[in-house]
Amino acid sequence: MTTDFRSNVAQALKQDAVQTHFRTVVDRLRAHRQAALAGDAAFEQLRNRCAAIRADAIRRLPQLLEQFESKAQRNGIQVHWAETTLQANRIVLDIMQRHRATFLVKGKSMVSEEMGVNAFLQSHGIDCLETDLGEFIVQLAGEKPAHIIVPAIHKNRREIAHLMHGHFSELPYSEDIETLAQSARHFMRDKFHAASVGLTGVNFMVAETGTLCLVENEGNGRMCSTVPPVHIAVTGIEKVIARLDDLPPLLNLLTRSATGQPITAYVNMINSPRRPDDKDGPDEVHLILLDNGRSRIAGDPELLKTLHCIRCGACINHCPVYRQIGGHAYGTVIPGPIGAILEPQKQGLDAATGELPQASTLCGACAEVCPVRIPIPAIINRLRWESVRKNQQSQNSRPVVPGAGSRRRPLEAAIWKIWAWCCSHPGIYNRLTKLATRLRNRLPAGMGAWTVARKAPKPARSTLHESLRTMDIDHE
Amino acid sequence: MNDARKAILDRLRLSQYPDSTPVKCDDQNDPVDPVLWPDERIDCFINRMRAVRTEVHDASHDSWLDILHGVCQARSLNNLLVSPHTRRGAMIYAAARRFPALKNYSQSIEDWKSELFTAVDAAVTSAYGGIAETGTVILWPDAREPRTLSLVPPIHIVLLEKNRIYNNLAEAMRIQNWAMIGMPSNVILLSGPSKSADIEQTMTYGVHGPKELIVILM
Ligand code: SF4
Repeated sequence: MTTDFRSNVAQALKQDAVQTHFRTVVDRLRAHRQAALAGDAAFEQLRNRCAAIRADAIRRLPQLLEQFESKAQRNGIQVHWAETTLQANRIVLDIMQRHRATFLVKGKSMVSEEMGVNAFLQSHGIDCLETDLGEFIVQLAGEKPAHIIVPAIHKNRREIAHLMHGHFSELPYSEDIETLAQSARHFMRDKFHAASVGLTGVNFMVAETGTLCLVENEGNGRMCSTVPPVHIAVTGIEKVIARLDDLPPLLNLLTRSATGQPITAYVNMINSPRRPDDKDGPDEVHLILLDNGRSRIAGDPELLKTLHCIRCGACINHCPVYRQIGGHAYGTVIPGPIGAILEPQKQGLDAATGELPQASTLCGACAEVCPVRIPIPAIINRLRWESVRKNQQSQNSRPVVPGAGSRRRPLEAAIWKIWAWCCSHPGIYNRLTKLATRLRNRLPAGMGAWTVARKAPKPARSTLHESLRTMDIDHE
Repeated sequence: MNDARKAILDRLRLSQYPDSTPVKCDDQNDPVDPVLWPDERIDCFINRMRAVRTEVHDASHDSWLDILHGVCQARSLNNLLVSPHTRRGAMIYAAARRFPALKNYSQSIEDWKSELFTAVDAAVTSAYGGIAETGTVILWPDAREPRTLSLVPPIHIVLLEKNRIYNNLAEAMRIQNWAMIGMPSNVILLSGPSKSADIEQTMTYGVHGPKELIVILM
């Protein structure tokens, strides 16, 4: 069966150079993280604390969102709610049109990628400029980010040099990283100066104070949220935390898990638009709270752990599948293990991304590194089950994952049923396994997809039960 | 979009479990972060900041003006953006002839945006505090020292009093009681100059914010 995902994977596996480059960068990220955590005995306790903070926030999500909203509004932030990405995009467009803005400067935001805001605004004649260096490179190439922390992870400096030179022919060709970054700075400065609207993501919303916390290294997030007269922040509803005191441990874990830094160059805590005595800052701050399936996910006691994620990217960097196929093959906004559990729940198990839970070896590396202890492999298993489950009208009204049962195939289900029956009937089971050992040389060498890259399995000469009997072991 | 708000909150409330009491996430059982002696704290702060390419000068209440003078001379600055309305700013203005042309952020950004973006060599701000654990300066922008002061000019010089350096962020928030006192429109934690590792995970400095960060301790 060839699906989009499988052909993406086949494509990705052919690109040796890209693959090698991916691995080098991912290895570097892992080494940085490792160095930042080594010998840190308090780390595990910090993880417990952060896991509890996130669990608490998601459990009290409606209360905290309301608390946050009323605080933020009191501070002068305009809060908008959007059930779908289309609604969210319309809110952005509406604000842009009210201010007669012709272009938008954007800081890095995975939620804006989820919304597809660039394409949407473009179709209404508004240009978006990505200002994060990595996002800018990806935008010049007309691609999508391949990693949530390092968007241009798949590009090496030579490709980037060609891209920049191709788009800005006045710039001399250079492969020097510093020169490349300075060219971007130069180009972007005029844009920050001229823009009337800036858009950013949000890392945490603090319910207690109505604060938006934004973490970054380059200063473009500060530019987008400070210089233009209007700042629009977009975020998923799950990013809320209860107290200001919850912020330090989360910030600590987030940056160390992501890149091994003790802290980012900038932690931006936005409390309000410009106040009467302020001389700068935006006159309007809008926050768009996007649902897009999150409130449904919050309805399942196991799956809601997906919403604990703080988007550090550690699971991605440690995933053997991501390492082989890279970010684009997933065909999703968020790749890697977290993407493989989040995207199918949002888009449905019957969508193309519904296949992603299959793309796992269940090695467990993701859960081991996840700072907030999300049991990703358990959720993968659950989603695999959901996708082939038998759909009865459930007695309780709890929503299940959309597309549940869509991958159930009658033949496969029947085979498993028979197998389960055999396993509970020893006489039949013994006869069947004996038959398999006797036919061991006559089994076909080709077994569909399994033997494309592997040899066909060959049963042993005798069954386990027979061997045990010859050894005089018989506990049956 | 009030419908959306209602729909989202209703869905969330519907899916809430009976036991939605807060999960305990207090820090009582947490390991207490090591509390450093003042000297260690300052050393830790200096080392951490230097590790992220920040120039730190360990000055005193008597010597900081000289150090600032030296910093300006070493870079042959043509001008310096600094508020005359802070205590230290006033001292700089009082010694104006030792310094490059002093500029004051006296109007709204709209009235002088071009000049701010193109004609300011360096800016001086005071700090609300420092954090040893991460090598961080806390900025508390106000009408005298607006947000863009520490963002737009290519060089940012911070004046920080040593007795305002805390062990970690949690301690700074607690002692300064941020949740209660009312924070400004924007609080900034600054840990080094602007940087990016977006190209091949190789660090480069001065991407969109200041290229140089200089901290003068006193
Ligand atoms: S699932 Fe865990 S490891 Fe993966 S991005 Fe989210 S917080 Fe980080």
